[in-house]
Amino acid sequence: MYETCVVLFLFRSVEHTDGQSVLTDSLWRRYSEFELLRSYLLVYYPHIVVPPLPEKRAEFVWHKLSADNMDPDFVERRRIGLENFLLRIASHPILCRDKIFYLFLTQVFFFYLADSRLKALNATFRVKNPDKRFTDLKHYSDELQSVISHLLRVRARVADRLYGVYKVHGNYGRVFSEWSAIEKEMGDGLQSAGHHMDVYASSIDDILEDEEHYADQLKEYLFYAEALRAVCRKHELMQYDLEMAAQDLASKKQQCEELATGTVRTFSLKGMTTKLFGQETPEQREARIKVLEEQINEGEQQLKSKNLEGREFVKNAWADIERFKEQKNRDLKEALISYAVMQISMCKKGIQVWTNAKECFSKM
Amino acid sequence: MEVFSKDASLMDMNSFSPMMPTSPLSMINQIKFEDEPDLKDLFITVDEPESHVTTIETFITYRIITKTSRGEFDSSEFEVRRRYQDFLWLKGKLEEAHPTLIIPPLPEKFIVKGMVERFNDDFIETRRKALHKFLNRIADHPTLTFNEDFKIFLTAQAWELSSHKKQGPGLLSRMGQTVRAVASSMRGVKNRPEEFMEMNNFIELFSQKINLIDKISQRIYKEEREYFDEMKEYGPIHILWSASEEDLVDTLKDVASCIDRCCKATEKRMSGLSEALLPVVHEYVLYSEMLMGVMKRRDQIQAELDSKVEALTYKKADTDLLPEEIGKLEDKVECANNALKADWERWKQNMQNDIKLAFTDMAEENIHYYEQCLATWESFLTSQTNLHLEEASEDKP
Repeated sequence: MYETCVVLFLFRSVEHTDGQSVLTDSLWRRYSEFELLRSYLLVYYPHIVVPPLPEKRAEFVWHKLSADNMDPDFVERRRIGLENFLLRIASHPILCRDKIFYLFLTQVFFFYLADSRLKALNATFRVKNPDKRFTDLKHYSDELQSVISHLLRVRARVADRLYGVYKVHGNYGRVFSEWSAIEKEMGDGLQSAGHHMDVYASSIDDILEDEEHYADQLKEYLFYAEALRAVCRKHELMQYDLEMAAQDLASKKQQCEELATGTVRTFSLKGMTTKLFGQETPEQREARIKVLEEQINEGEQQLKSKNLEGREFVKNAWADIERFKEQKNRDLKEALISYAVMQISMCKKGIQVWTNAKECFSKM
Repeated sequence: MEVFSKDASLMDMNSFSPMMPTSPLSMINQIKFEDEPDLKDLFITVDEPESHVTTIETFITYRIITKTSRGEFDSSEFEVRRRYQDFLWLKGKLEEAHPTLIIPPLPEKFIVKGMVERFNDDFIETRRKALHKFLNRIADHPTLTFNEDFKIFLTAQAWELSSHKKQGPGLLSRMGQTVRAVASSMRGVKNRPEEFMEMNNFIELFSQKINLIDKISQRIYKEEREYFDEMKEYGPIHILWSASEEDLVDTLKDVASCIDRCCKATEKRMSGLSEALLPVVHEYVLYSEMLMGVMKRRDQIQAELDSKVEALTYKKADTDLLPEEIGKLEDKVECANNALKADWERWKQNMQNDIKLAFTDMAEENIHYYEQCLATWESFLTSQTNLHLEEASEDKP
């Protein structure tokens, strides 16, 4: 069974450092390859809010809309979504420079990423001192996801009902036309009014198709919520890592101190066996202290670099989150305005059709 | 003298004023047909349904107020209470007295679909409006308006009406008439004159079409109602969303209020449909059934004549009295046919006007609905672009 392949016609001018531009040919990519690209970006740019992919399966479907992944309308909307995904990456100040992204656009190859950290992204960690900003962001992304899915569900139902209202009017067309056959005076008026009822009924198809694009815009941000969560999780992971390392270091320091002073407060296997099988020699103790001191040194180095890494991550992540916020505000506002524009167009069409129909009725 | 009443939109008649058309379109309609001066001298309203409970049954009565300047009425104002049974009686008497006139239809006895209890408020209100229409149609009819039973119906007190009802042909004789009618109507069909064949064809086709239109219109109402129910949920979600978005609060709240306003406009469109279009179409569904009955009665009268003629031709029965009988029947047939022909023309004219008006009103409701929604969204758009311009000018140094 084959998935429908999406053809990309990307004519992308890429400037090399030596000033040469290269035009790429078209090449074929399937949805799962896009998924791989995104997974790669998630791993290598954990602080970036990575643009989401369009939905894998058709969701929030109102009854006339097909839930079939092979349906031409769905495929077309998916194509637009995928194109949008790539354009978002291309316009991102950091992601656009990524080599793998460039290769994705230009090379026909199949790349496999076996990164255990990919799997780690899905694990949950209990972090002692989470950064409040990230906790808030996580809550926000949860709220965003829930409110947009609710909105999309209701919108689908509203679309369904609206479809019903328009289509039933089409039945008038047929009956009026049959009736006009037996009416002498009313006949013409009935016939032409019936024609307008048909026009009205068929106008809903375009109207709802336009609305699907609006729904897709919202869906993108529904999926962006997941991307936000990924960044938060990465932060949690780093924080957890840091806390574990700090904890480990502290415990080693404690052990060292106890060994040096002779007091045993912390539990250690060595301490236990010593108690059971007899005291160790001063040389053995010295050796152990030396090992521990080395480990402590290493640990302190690691902690320092982890701290640095953590701070870098937070700084970069937050920069991208600010960028994302502005993008989101712009995009959503634009989407809402485009929704209003669609409603206005629908109303104007309605006024025209019913004015025509009224004229026909009044001539009966 | 014809007065074409347009009273489908009359509802509360608390003031005792003559029927005032309430929609501009109906006013235009009245003006169109008032070539002759307005000779309306009988005004009837049906209102105030009341429930009556006895040991045997529960029933509803309606108050009927009549105002008239006619001499044959003892007074100029009457107020009586009637129940559905009384209306049925009146209709029966009118049909008896004028078998080939097109008697206005009564609302149905029961509505089978979706009836939970017999007397829910919507049912009573729909029935009241239809009964109001029924009496006014009779009042506007050039012949029926002078019917004696009609006068008694409008003016007699309850006990007077009961005693009056008891007079007249008994149930058994009425049943006998029906049986004879069925038997002989077939014969009448065979000799039906050309114009009545045409009429019958029209009635059959019209009946089909109006029934379909009735179903379609009811369906549209149902779909609009369901659309309204879903829309009610749609606006508030945007308010919910605005709670988590600092920068989009105003935009989202504005969208929510636009959706709510469109919702209200939908509600208005629905009620317009249920007031202007649905009752009119439904009345004509009932009319189409009436018409078939009228055709049958006409055929039956003709059949009576034909059977006597046959008897004379084949010398079946006592032929002495036959010629005289035949003469009387020939007159009867001619009267019946002429009455029907005249009434048919009148009915058709009325039908065309009523249908035209009902659909024009429906179109008007839709136009108004879309205009309201358009205004709502356009003002939203303006406010958004103004905001944008304001923000842009603020950014400039």
